[in-house]
Amino acid sequence: MAKPFQGIAASPGIAIAKAYRLKHSHYVPAPGKANDSAEEKKRFTQAVEQSKQEIEQIRELTEQRMGAAKAEIFEAHLLLLEDPDFIDAIIERIENEGDNAEFSLYEVANQFVEMLRSMDNEMLRERAADVLDISRRIMSHLRGEEYAAVSAISEPCILIAEDLTPSDTAQLNLDYVLGFVTEIGSRTSHSAIMARSLEVPAIVGAGTAAGDIQTGTMIIMDAVTGTVLPSPSDQELEEYRAKKADYDQRRLELRALLDQPTVTKDGHHVELAANIGSVEDLQKVLSNGAEGVGLFRTEFLYMGRSSLPSEEEQFQVYKHVLERMNNKPVVIRTLDIGGDKELPYMKLPVETNPFLGLRAVRLCLSKQELFRTQLRALLRASSCGQLKIMFPMIAVKEELLEAKKLLAEEKEKLQQEGIPVSDSLEVGIMIEIPAAALAADILAKEVDFFSIGTNDLIQYTMAADRMNENVSYLYQPCHPSILRLVRMVIQAAEKEGKWVGMCGEMAGDETAIPLLLGLGLHEFSMSASSILPARALMKDLSREEWAGYAEEAIQMGSERQIQQFVHDKIGRV
Amino acid sequence: MVSQTYTVLNPSGFHARPTKVFVQTASTFPCKVNVSKNGKKVNGKSSLSMLTLGIEANDEVLLETDGDQEEQALEALGQLLSKIFEE
Repeated sequence: MAKPFQGIAASPGIAIAKAYRLKHSHYVPAPGKANDSAEEKKRFTQAVEQSKQEIEQIRELTEQRMGAAKAEIFEAHLLLLEDPDFIDAIIERIENEGDNAEFSLYEVANQFVEMLRSMDNEMLRERAADVLDISRRIMSHLRGEEYAAVSAISEPCILIAEDLTPSDTAQLNLDYVLGFVTEIGSRTSHSAIMARSLEVPAIVGAGTAAGDIQTGTMIIMDAVTGTVLPSPSDQELEEYRAKKADYDQRRLELRALLDQPTVTKDGHHVELAANIGSVEDLQKVLSNGAEGVGLFRTEFLYMGRSSLPSEEEQFQVYKHVLERMNNKPVVIRTLDIGGDKELPYMKLPVETNPFLGLRAVRLCLSKQELFRTQLRALLRASSCGQLKIMFPMIAVKEELLEAKKLLAEEKEKLQQEGIPVSDSLEVGIMIEIPAAALAADILAKEVDFFSIGTNDLIQYTMAADRMNENVSYLYQPCHPSILRLVRMVIQAAEKEGKWVGMCGEMAGDETAIPLLLGLGLHEFSMSASSILPARALMKDLSREEWAGYAEEAIQMGSERQIQQFVHDKIGRV
Repeated sequence: MVSQTYTVLNPSGFHARPTKVFVQTASTFPCKVNVSKNGKKVNGKSSLSMLTLGIEANDEVLLETDGDQEEQALEALGQLLSKIFEE
């Protein structure tokens, strides 16, 4: 039995099969002069032409199997084959140095590969793989060889390779290739990205241990944890066959819920939305079947730079998010900076208690120009979709009224300038300070919605810094105090006919979900990957039944008791 | 020759996809297209050279166009530099 080893789980799943080692040619041409440079140039341009035709075919295949977005990788390859700085440099080398085509290609490609590999950005280092893929393909044509024969695989296997090039991945025959393990690579490698879109289990970056596996060795790959077990025992095989059956079944059930609305057993509809921190998270939001964006943290626009973002810059980002969500609701939170999130270029004074200091809406109200810029950008974007603006950290009604006043002023200015602003724009606040929860009945008259931010609400209610390990035991989402505040907020909003969401960690917590459903929460916003499991859970819950259970739970003495109670009840469902 | 400085807004910088669109657009113009960042200047019609600039979000880049249709090229390519692309 060989030793198990670990890689990066790049695309989840479990596969059990014999290994098939894919070997790429690492042909290194010896320096060689050509007798006839014109002839070498012709050989080279022919090899480039052949490569173009092949890639064009692979591009079409990829588009059919994985969609236009993934096929773009090959458009980038085609572009490389026409790149003046790449192709011309090789031709010049053939002409000026008299080197043969193989050596000229090898030298120039290497220069670019080295340059890209030395960049301090992972995505750029990955692009070196594209240059290698292309240059090896041209090389194989120059030498009259076939390039990496993935297409020759004709029996079930797990592919083992140093790395899979995009063209390898695109040609994988999924009837036979049950998964793949590579020695190098990261979660953002092309092979990792493509594996996720093909939904084939993949472990990347497994190191030389993967390189030692020979064709024909039986292996188990658990791409949920990233573990590879070569030459497993009968007992391990049995264990993983059962694990795989469970995993596949669960996955099938979840995929079936992708485009379904979230409806409880007793026919009640709730909205499952996703939290995002930048436009890059949108893909995950859509591919996990979210019904909206429940929290867009705008901090990323302000962080990691040297000056404030302009109105236009912000407008472009908000517009993009709204358009991409295609008229599904999008809650955008105005700047929540301060506390643990700093902006060095703003040179804010150091505070003794930053979490209790000038942060979020307090900061925005004290720096009105900054706030007005963001509000204008939001208002301008409002006509591009279903925008809801949310103010963070509201403690008292005056703050909310002041924020709303500034918003109204900016709206009027825009309308005078003839710039359209949506009529159905909703304005809400986060409930994350106990004072706001306790006065929810007063605040509810002034908003369209509430969203409960549990991370801060718990921290402030328990008076315990959640980053402080010594008091981390006080982070108790299901403590009766927190549940009572949540209930109070929902009841106050309902009285005014307003809706309540939750955008803190608690909204995606499977123990808290039944209780929140029972308390009448309307919208749950969580990380995108929690959406399908949450939807599956909701399907098995009855809101009416849990309304009763939640009332029972809220009377209990500790979080522990409440958790136990929920688990017992779910077990019985 | 005309030139202008732009701030790149695309959150993941100027990598595979934005570069592809930029280079394809640049190649449709007869004029020379140069892009520079921190004093390093490359050919804007070469995707490889563009990648080696390693343009990140919020980077300032200088775009220069020189020759036939330089004004149109500056306009079209400048818009791409400050556009937000899908992943």
